[in-house]
Amino acid sequence: MARKSHVQTTINGETVEFLCESRQSLLEVLRDELHLTGAKEGCNNGNCGACSVILDGRLVNSCLVLGVETEGKSVETIEGLAEPDKLHPIQDAFLENAALQCGICTPGFIMSAKALLDSNPNPTEHEIRYWLAGNLCRCTGYDKIVKAVLDVAKASA
Amino acid sequence: MQDFSYVAAKTVPEAVALLDEKGEKARILAGGTDLIVQVREARRDVDLMIDVKSIPAVNVLDYNADTGLTLGAAVECYKIYAVDAICDAYPSLIDATTIIGGTAIQGRAGVGGNLCNASPAADGIPPLIVLNATCVIAGPNGERELPVEQFCTAPGQTALEKGEMLVSLKVPAPASNSSSFYLRFIPRNEMDIAVVGAGASVTLDDAKQTIVSARIALAAVAPTPLFAEEASALLAGREISDAAIDEAAQAAQAIARPISDMRGTAEQRTHLVGVLTRRALNGAIQRVQDAS
Repeated sequence: MARKSHVQTTINGETVEFLCESRQSLLEVLRDELHLTGAKEGCNNGNCGACSVILDGRLVNSCLVLGVETEGKSVETIEGLAEPDKLHPIQDAFLENAALQCGICTPGFIMSAKALLDSNPNPTEHEIRYWLAGNLCRCTGYDKIVKAVLDVAKASA
Repeated sequence: MQDFSYVAAKTVPEAVALLDEKGEKARILAGGTDLIVQVREARRDVDLMIDVKSIPAVNVLDYNADTGLTLGAAVECYKIYAVDAICDAYPSLIDATTIIGGTAIQGRAGVGGNLCNASPAADGIPPLIVLNATCVIAGPNGERELPVEQFCTAPGQTALEKGEMLVSLKVPAPASNSSSFYLRFIPRNEMDIAVVGAGASVTLDDAKQTIVSARIALAAVAPTPLFAEEASALLAGREISDAAIDEAAQAAQAIARPISDMRGTAEQRTHLVGVLTRRALNGAIQRVQDAS
């Protein structure tokens, strides 16, 4: 069996330690080792964005990051957004706008939207559409998703 | 995915020693957006990934109006276009780094990795060629430099010898009255691979009416990105005119040797080289003329 490395990282504000093989992606570590199954595997090659997480403040595809690369870093996943009795405003806006159907792409879209709004609280529709271009949805279509993100931006303006 | 070892190298000599020891089975890991996919899809056989993102020399991003830009090989796209002075000095580099993948890819991928991946369709390479960039390469016998247009030797192949790695790219400071432009043709708005890409840089005279010098580079029309040397040279000293730009576009078309594949036919690509070369030249000229 392949040798495992010990990795210590921060996930959603908590220090987490895990063992993983070098070949395991951050997505595999999150889902299979840490049982954080919010990030989804879609294409597994960086096209679909279903596995989007925020790594040291920057949006990344977790399928294109090795778990061992996260030593000493900080990871934000969809599991870190809601409080126990209160959804995050982006999550509320997705519900209000019916911006999801099957839901597979939703955690990726929400993390991508969060990364955008963290750096640019008041984006234009054009900026939102380009920012979210790396996230694919096969059922809802993009209009409701873009409107949901615009709603969050308006509410905070 | 095949099993491999991972090392986060701390210095260039450490990475070079590992590369020299393991040969082709070792690969440098920077953004990983190409490498991890290639290994996962068994297109590349790797025993060791050497992560260089902790090495300071590979992460330098330093611009100085007198000496130019030093761009570490692992610097991610988003860091490049976040610096206003770099956007002003090297607009073609910004044209490219803002269209390589989407937001999440630009958070990891960099121009150095784009160059080392050596795709004929790489958007990051034509801007480096037209900006006269030089590769700083470290190896077992020390450091050497190589013009970017000589770096790619075949699809996925580079001039790096055993034990060598790309440390950084050096881009000269822009001359006065100069600018650059990169564009590609894709059948959609974003998130696609170039059917053809074209970059151009121009330096104009003080009246901004005559081309002092120009450089043109092409992507996705040959096994490697191309420097269109003759097309570039015939613009030197020419007054700006449609005729001069058409001549350069035709000379660029003459060196294109594209293939037909699912993205486009050879005939369409050759046509596009003419269209995009004209647009890149006119775009660069316009940028000089628009600057105050």
